[in-house]
Amino acid sequence: MATTPETTTLDIEGMTCASCAAFVQKSLSRTPGVQSAVVNFATEQATVQYLPGQATPATLKEAVVNAGYGVIERAPDTSAAERQAEIDRQKALAYQKLKRRFWVAVGLALLIMPLSMLMLWPAMMQRVNMQWLNYALLGLTLPVLLYSGREFYTSAWNGFKHRAANMDTLIAVGTGAAFLYSLAATVAPNWFMRRGLTAEVYYDTTATIIALILLGKVLEMRAKTQTSAAIKALMGLQAKTARVVRPGGQEVDVPIEQVQLGDLVVVRPGEKVATDGIIEEGHSAVDEAMLTGESLPVEKKAGDNVFGATLNKTGSFRFHVTKVGADTMLAQIVKLVEEAQGSRAPIQRLADKVSAIFVPTVVVIAILTFVLWFDLAPVEARLPLALVNFVAVLIIACPCALGLATPTAIMVSTGKGAEHGVLIRNAEALEKAHQVNTVLLDKTGTITRGEPAVTELLPAAGQDAARLLPVVAAVERQSEHPLAEAVVRYADAQAAPMLTATGFRAVEGKGAAASVDGQAVLIGNRRLLSDEGIALPAELSAQAEQLLAQAQTVLYVAIAGQAVGLIAVADTVRETSAAAIKRLQQQGIEVVMMTGDNPQTAAHVAGQVGIQRYFAEVLPQDKAAKMKQLQAEGRVVAMVGDGINDAPALAQADIGLAIGAGTDVAMEAAGITLMRSDLQGVVTAIELSKQTIRTIKQNLFFAFIYNTLGIPVAAGLLYPFFGITLSPMLAAAAMAMSSVSVLTNSLRLRGFAPAKP
Amino acid sequence: MDTTEILVTVTGLALAAFVIWYFFFSARPTASAVSSSSGVQEVDITVKGGYSPDVIEVERGKPVQLNFYRDEENSCSEEVLIPDFRIRRDLPAFQTTLVELLPEKAGRYEFTCGMGMLRGSLVVK
Repeated sequence: MATTPETTTLDIEGMTCASCAAFVQKSLSRTPGVQSAVVNFATEQATVQYLPGQATPATLKEAVVNAGYGVIERAPDTSAAERQAEIDRQKALAYQKLKRRFWVAVGLALLIMPLSMLMLWPAMMQRVNMQWLNYALLGLTLPVLLYSGREFYTSAWNGFKHRAANMDTLIAVGTGAAFLYSLAATVAPNWFMRRGLTAEVYYDTTATIIALILLGKVLEMRAKTQTSAAIKALMGLQAKTARVVRPGGQEVDVPIEQVQLGDLVVVRPGEKVATDGIIEEGHSAVDEAMLTGESLPVEKKAGDNVFGATLNKTGSFRFHVTKVGADTMLAQIVKLVEEAQGSRAPIQRLADKVSAIFVPTVVVIAILTFVLWFDLAPVEARLPLALVNFVAVLIIACPCALGLATPTAIMVSTGKGAEHGVLIRNAEALEKAHQVNTVLLDKTGTITRGEPAVTELLPAAGQDAARLLPVVAAVERQSEHPLAEAVVRYADAQAAPMLTATGFRAVEGKGAAASVDGQAVLIGNRRLLSDEGIALPAELSAQAEQLLAQAQTVLYVAIAGQAVGLIAVADTVRETSAAAIKRLQQQGIEVVMMTGDNPQTAAHVAGQVGIQRYFAEVLPQDKAAKMKQLQAEGRVVAMVGDGINDAPALAQADIGLAIGAGTDVAMEAAGITLMRSDLQGVVTAIELSKQTIRTIKQNLFFAFIYNTLGIPVAAGLLYPFFGITLSPMLAAAAMAMSSVSVLTNSLRLRGFAPAKP
Repeated sequence: MDTTEILVTVTGLALAAFVIWYFFFSARPTASAVSSSSGVQEVDITVKGGYSPDVIEVERGKPVQLNFYRDEENSCSEEVLIPDFRIRRDLPAFQTTLVELLPEKAGRYEFTCGMGMLRGSLVVK
């Protein structure tokens, strides 16, 4: 009997090393019926191909257990993407259902309303039998209750059983009371008349309330899906397949889940990079905007890191996979944003406390309203008045607005931040960032690039820079020294012609020597030249002194035994630094710089970017102390840093911002991580925080004011003074709009755009 | 005050008192986690208008797996939040969603629905 093999994925637990994976793989492979088994240690998954007749999931599990490991039983939905798709499908379905229920309620309410108003028309009234009219209204209202409003009642009942009350409780009790009263008046009008009451019905109220609340829910649901749009967009960036080069050399498209560490993957122009890795060969420009917010493509060559989900632009390259699954940069970003969205902002505390007791309190207020109206109103009208106000109180109260005020704003803004390369760790960090009045910057790698670059090439008298550069570059191309790399980069940027150097020799601690076009070339520090007995002309010597005074590193160049020029190398200031610092200062934030350099260099860099206050000669272990010193001045300080030695200061700061994809240590200690390596991100983070907190405050203010004004008015507080009571239908309209307004206000954050430098 | 008024007043006040007692002061069911062989403390929680059980006792320092089964479609319960552990999870209707966490400090940690209406707490001992 020929059966087609099936493939399954098992989640293995307990594997601590690669040899464990090999062991599990062996055990699985030996199981009867298994055709192939691949165990991925990094993802802790086994992919097994087996013949269904001979092996079963149970025997596979047994094989793993026999090997000494466990199989994690997952809920039927496996991958995160699948789970998300299932949730999205359910939500779309629920939205369709909700819309249907809403339209049925609207349709029937539109019939019920005019019919109920017949009684305002005495001429009509005489021709219509009241009794029959009420029964007709009852027939029209029942579907609104049982179909459109059904969920309110089941939810309220389920909550009641759990001693929990929610918004549905209020709506269910409110509309339920109005309906039951009307039902009694329809079925037994005589009972009312005997007591001198008119048997009034409130079918229109019941139906309209349900229709309006459903309208609010429809709008709310539509808006809510937009709050998490950013993170869904991020998840959607993940490539589905990778083109893996097999040992034989052929290229095969494989599903991304099957890509393993060490695989060689090919990326062609216009394709997505499948996962994280290091380029082995080829070069290209890669668009990393989706991860870092950096709009310009980044040049990549062999040895550079590439990241999954980024877009390859011009060239093609092959890379070795270094990270898969949950370890990739994209997965980490998604996780960070998700965690931030699950955190709670301190600002929300009061709202949380209020919403915990909100619904039962409103029910009590509504009962008291009923009692007071019944006791104080004129006997003939007391029952309807008590009922109408009771219903109005229940319906107007809106715990949703309170509950939505903060989280929706946090969700939109953390997603928005990720879009601009600003990763916010939690809501508390976001809240703290808006109070910042001082920013402490670590100079190297933050204000400056953190890598040397050629600032000047000074030829000696009678020499030509354009002829000097290719010669120097030819020698330095063979060196691996960081300063040499800076010279090569400079030469490449100037498009200097390529020459070849022969007989390259590195002189330990001094520089390098080689010959170009038959002439001996020396490049290095002053000692290299003096050791070779080469004199420095007075003019070059003076220039060198000047450069050294500016804290630049000087390379001396000699050709054929003669000093021919100087190359000045320094850590350069990023183009964006000055603009970003100015922008911070404009917002009233003082920018302070900290560096290990001498005061001269510090003053020079500070002057370049417009910083007034700086700390020079700060040893790495003293960074946190400087932070404390600023905090002791009563400042709320944000620390911006990139290195491992910044971690204590980042942790000490009121809010730490780790710059650049940085080191993992810095990311751990930082409340906010900036994916892009420049200070513009600091401005974006602080502006985003300010805007978010402003939105949250507006939301909370609105939600509190709405409820504290709405409930007393609905209870009839204005009646003794102005004769005003609130119709339950108006209450329903207000309630439906209140949570939608809060959501809409939060969604305005989607329009956030960082200030352009 | 006529008899009806007295009757309505007394009933109303009694009802208000009942609401306060029922929602704020009545005893709630508590459940302790069951430790599996692998040392994970597992708890099954049904989500239907609330969480049952809604007070969950677990031990400190051992991983906890909460299995939320959402037994309704009502949108109120579509998300669960455990802010102290920075967890916000969508709960698909009529499915079990696993939430894993590691409680390191003893204390009482709240979990709520997306809007903070439905509540439960995780008591770490």
